[in-house]
Amino acid sequence: MSDVPAKPNSLRTGPDEDGRFGIFGGRFVAETLMPLILDLEAAYEAAKKDQSFQDEMNDLWAHYVGRPSPLYHAERLSEHLGGAKVYFKRDELNHTGSHKANNVLGQILLARRMGKKRIIAETGAGQHGVAVATFAARFGLPCVVYMGSADIERQKPNVFRMRLLGAEVRPVTSGTGTLKDAMNEALRDWVTNVDSTFYIIGTVAGPHPYPTMVRDFQSIIGRETREQMRTAEGRLPDSLVACIGGGSNAMGLFHPFLDDEAVEMYGVEAAGRGIDQGDGHHAASLSGGRAGVLHGNRTYLLQDDDGQIIDGHSISAGLDYPGIGPEHSWLHESGRVSYVSATDQEALDAFQLCCKLEGIIPALEPAHALAHVIKLAPEKPQDHLLVMNMCGRGDKDVFTVADALGITLDD
Amino acid sequence: MTETRIDRRFKALKKKNRAGLVTYIMAGDPDFDTSLSLVRGLPKARADFIELGMPFTDPMADGPSIQAAAGRALASGQTMVRTLEMVRQFRAEDEATPIILMGYYNPIYSYGVDRFLSDAKDAGVDGFIIVDLPTEEDDEMCKPAMGMGLNFIRLVAPTTDEQRLPVVLANTSGFVYYISITGITGGRSATSSELEPAMARLKGQTDLPIAVGFGIKTPAQAAEVAKIADAAVVGTAIIDQIACGLGAGNKPSMTLVEDVLAFVSSIAEGIAEAR
Repeated sequence: MSDVPAKPNSLRTGPDEDGRFGIFGGRFVAETLMPLILDLEAAYEAAKKDQSFQDEMNDLWAHYVGRPSPLYHAERLSEHLGGAKVYFKRDELNHTGSHKANNVLGQILLARRMGKKRIIAETGAGQHGVAVATFAARFGLPCVVYMGSADIERQKPNVFRMRLLGAEVRPVTSGTGTLKDAMNEALRDWVTNVDSTFYIIGTVAGPHPYPTMVRDFQSIIGRETREQMRTAEGRLPDSLVACIGGGSNAMGLFHPFLDDEAVEMYGVEAAGRGIDQGDGHHAASLSGGRAGVLHGNRTYLLQDDDGQIIDGHSISAGLDYPGIGPEHSWLHESGRVSYVSATDQEALDAFQLCCKLEGIIPALEPAHALAHVIKLAPEKPQDHLLVMNMCGRGDKDVFTVADALGITLDD
Repeated sequence: MTETRIDRRFKALKKKNRAGLVTYIMAGDPDFDTSLSLVRGLPKARADFIELGMPFTDPMADGPSIQAAAGRALASGQTMVRTLEMVRQFRAEDEATPIILMGYYNPIYSYGVDRFLSDAKDAGVDGFIIVDLPTEEDDEMCKPAMGMGLNFIRLVAPTTDEQRLPVVLANTSGFVYYISITGITGGRSATSSELEPAMARLKGQTDLPIAVGFGIKTPAQAAEVAKIADAAVVGTAIIDQIACGLGAGNKPSMTLVEDVLAFVSSIAEGIAEAR
C-alpha cells in the first residue's frame, strides 16, 4: 500500500502484532466481537496483497472520488501572513466534501470482499455518515447510520443528505446523545448482527485493525502531497498542519512523512472555550486528557478522576470526540508530532479569513488547523513550505457560523 | 489456584444437584443505601452469587436498562471507592456468598490495576468479569488477578469458534460465563435448542462450571436454563424491577427493596424446581 520505503528504526512500521503502538491501541472488545475483528484483520491483510483490490480502489478514487486532490498554493493567505509559503491539500474537493471518502471507499470494498450484506456506521458531524451513505448507495448495500440526537439537531442538512442517499439514520439518545454514544450504539448493533454486518469506523480509532486500516486508506493524502510538492517545489515540505478529532485526516497526511526527520508536524486539537476552562469546555484529548481505554483501544481520553468519560465541547461537531486515535497518542509521547490546539474563536476567525482571502469556505474542522497556520506561518522564513490539510468544505457549517456570529438566516 | 468462595459455592450446589442463581445489580443504583440494602438482601432471596456492576458512562455491551442504571448510580455519586466500600460492608456480615465485580476496564485502569486488585481483595471481592478485556489482553488484569488468587471469569460467546475456545478457556477460573445470544444485555433469550449444543461444546472443553446469561427475564426462563447449565445469570430483569420502583428524581419507593427481593425469590424458586 505504501510507496515510501521504511527506514531502519522507522516510525512507520507500527503497530505490532497485537495492534499496539507502544502501549496504545490494542483490542479491548467484548468476546462476541473478538472473532469478528480477527476475521477483519485477516481479510484486510489479504486485500492489501491483492492487486485487484488496489486496482479497484485506485479506479474509484480517480473517477468517483476525484483523486488526486490538488495541492494549492494559497498565495494571498501566504502574503497576508508574511512568512511561510502556505499550501492547502484540497481534500475538501473530494466527492462528499471531505477526506472521509478515502477511508469509506477502502472499507466498503473490503466489506464486499468479505461478503457482508449490511453496512453500519457512526457519525458525529455527519461527514462520515454522508460518505458511508454515498458509497452504500453506489454499491447497493443497505446502510444504518447511528447519530447522537444532539448532533442530529445540530447537523440537519447532513441528516437529510444521508436520507436522500437511502440510509437509515437512527437517533441515539443514550448517554449524552453525541458521537461517543453513536459509536457505542453501532458496536451494539454489530455485536447483535455479527454475520451480516460490516461496521465502517470513520476515524483512526477503535480496536485493531481499524486504526491501522483507516490510516492506510487515508495515507493517500500524504503520498500525493509528497509527489505534488516534489513537482511544485522540487523538495519535501518543511511542515505539515492538520486538525484532530479522532485524527484520521492528520494521520493520513503525516504517516508517509514520519521518517523524514526534517518535516515538522502539528496536530491541532479543538480547545473549545479554552483548555484552561476545564472539563467539558474543550475536546483536546492529548492536551487535556490522560491515557485510558474506550471503544476498543487504549489512548488519551477526556475522563474524570474515576475513569468516567467526559463529553468534549467544540464548535466543530467533527472534533468533539472524547478520544483520539492511538497512533497519535504514541506520536505525542514520542514527541515526533507536536500537538497544539485552537479555540472556537480562533477557528471562527480563521474560517472567515479563509473565505475572504482565498475564496474557500473551509469546514470548521480544518479552520482549527488554519488557526494554527495563522500562528505558525509568520514565524517562518519565506522559503519555508507549509502544507495544511483542507480536509473538508464548510457548506455544512454555515448555519453554525451564522449563529456564532449572531446572524439570523431566514428560510 | 487455591479454592475460592466461588469454587466452594459451586461445589455445594453440585452436591445438592441444583443450579445456581447469579444476580446482577448495579452498585449505587439508585443510591448507595438502597443498593447496599439490596445486596444485603440477595442471599436471603436465595441468590447464590452476587454480580455487582461497576458503573461506567459507556457500557458498550449493555442494553438501555443497564446503561440507565449506570447513569443513575453515577448521578448519585457512586465511585469505584464506594463500590469497594459496599462490598466491604456486605462482607462484614456474609462470609460465604461470592461477590463478582462486573464492568468495563477504564475505571479500573484509571484506579490503577495493582492497587485496585489489592483493595478489591481486601474488601472481600472474589472475582471479576471485565467485558472489554478479551483473552488477547490477559496481561492487563487477568494474570495479575489470578496471581492474587482472584477469579477472572471469561465470557464465551456463540461467535467463539472451536479454534478459539481453548484459548479463551486457558486463563479462565471460577466459572465460564456463556453469553447465550449474540447481542447486548436485556435482549431476547436463547431457546433450549440453541443452548443444548452450546453446553455440550463447552462441557467437552472444560470442567469449570458454566453460567448462562443474557436475556433471562422470568422464573420459567431461568428454570429452562437451570436444567442444562450450572447457573443462570439474571441482570436486566432485576434492574427493570428497580427502575419500576423509582419515583421522581429517582427516589426509591418505600417497598422497592422488598419488591425487588421478592422478584429475585421468584426466579430462585423457578431454578430450585427445575431439576
